Amino acid sequence: MTNPSLRFTHRAAVRAASIVLLLVPAVAVAHEETGQAAGFLAGLSHPVSGLDHVLAMIAVGLWGAVLGPPAIWVLPVAFPLVMAFGGLLGLLGIPVPGVEIGIAISAIVLGAMVLAEIRPALWIAAALVAFFAVFHGHAHGRELPEGTSALLYSLGFVVATGLLHAVGILLGAVHRWSVGRRAVRAAGGGVALAGLYFLWRAVA
Amino acid sequence: MNAGRACRGVARVAGGAALAVAGPAQAHLVETGFGAFYDGVAHVALTPADLLVVVALALLAGQRGTRAARYALFVLPLAWYAGGLIGARWPTAGALPVLTTLSFAVAGALVALNARLRDAGVAALAVAAGLLHGLVNGATMAPAGASGLALAGAVTAVFSVTAILAAEVTALPAGWPRIVVRVAGSWIAAAGLLMLGWLTRGG
Repeated sequence: MTNPSLRFTHRAAVRAASIVLLLVPAVAVAHEETGQAAGFLAGLSHPVSGLDHVLAMIAVGLWGAVLGPPAIWVLPVAFPLVMAFGGLLGLLGIPVPGVEIGIAISAIVLGAMVLAEIRPALWIAAALVAFFAVFHGHAHGRELPEGTSALLYSLGFVVATGLLHAVGILLGAVHRWSVGRRAVRAAGGGVALAGLYFLWRAVA
Repeated sequence: MNAGRACRGVARVAGGAALAVAGPAQAHLVETGFGAFYDGVAHVALTPADLLVVVALALLAGQRGTRAARYALFVLPLAWYAGGLIGARWPTAGALPVLTTLSFAVAGALVALNARLRDAGVAALAVAAGLLHGLVNGATMAPAGASGLALAGAVTAVFSVTAILAAEVTALPAGWPRIVVRVAGSWIAAAGLLMLGWLTRGG
């Protein structure tokens, strides 16, 4: 015959163990990759956390909208790839001089292109955007938070950058109307002015 | 030494180097609570490298038209299953992160470039990627006690994603919808490029 006090102790032990297991729910969702959601969200939010990056990305989209097809999609397709190449350089420890200055100048130049509605040949526009993309990738692509999935962080970072381009393209869609055209040019001017501020801060 | 032999030599050295940096086999498998089959489905859905290569190959096959999409639809899951069986039988291959990352980065880059591959080229890529990722699946799932049913679940997920995406892309009209596909390819390739950096750095 089982001792009632022993049975009570056994039940209490089971309950205590259940509570402890509930406190460590990660065990129940064990998977070969860890920190996936955190990695993706960190990557997604990282580009938005820096105004210099945000403005330059939107300026790429605006400039694409000003230039029209095929630049409107060539620039957003080329930028993430070259930006990732910049990130690769950073991860490999290959230094790129004056990264912060390069980012600030990217905002000035891209903003000025939109403001003045400069329409160079496609390859010149793509080369210019690609040149600046290296600085952005080098500065931002290698800041992985501890314990998160590197792949999903990278994917989130790239997706956020691409969505910022899309914002620029959508804003630039008003360029077809005369009022919208002035608004787009004003936005370009604003980006260039902000770039000047970033440049002053980078060299100060 | 002719150019062909030189290329083969470089390919062998690159392959050896990639195998040399093989990561340890992962001993975990998603437990959905619905059984081994759904664990296998969830494994593909929650393993970014697997999902990205399937998405990239489906986009590529869809870009190249109906016949290429049909090839990829059947060749990719079959190669995945074959690779899985090999990996489960000889699970020494490990995770091979450099090769799996390269596979989806290359497929994404081809989508971004809208590369004019022949149907056979798409099928060959699907075979290579399917064998590789299946091999890794088998090698990582078997030590976790996963059965053949889990592998069947993984292959079913690969088939389903390929069927849905490739069919959708095949039916897309010219213009913006197809540009969005290319943008998606560039994002996948860019993420792969960054991931190669993390792997090289050991992060």
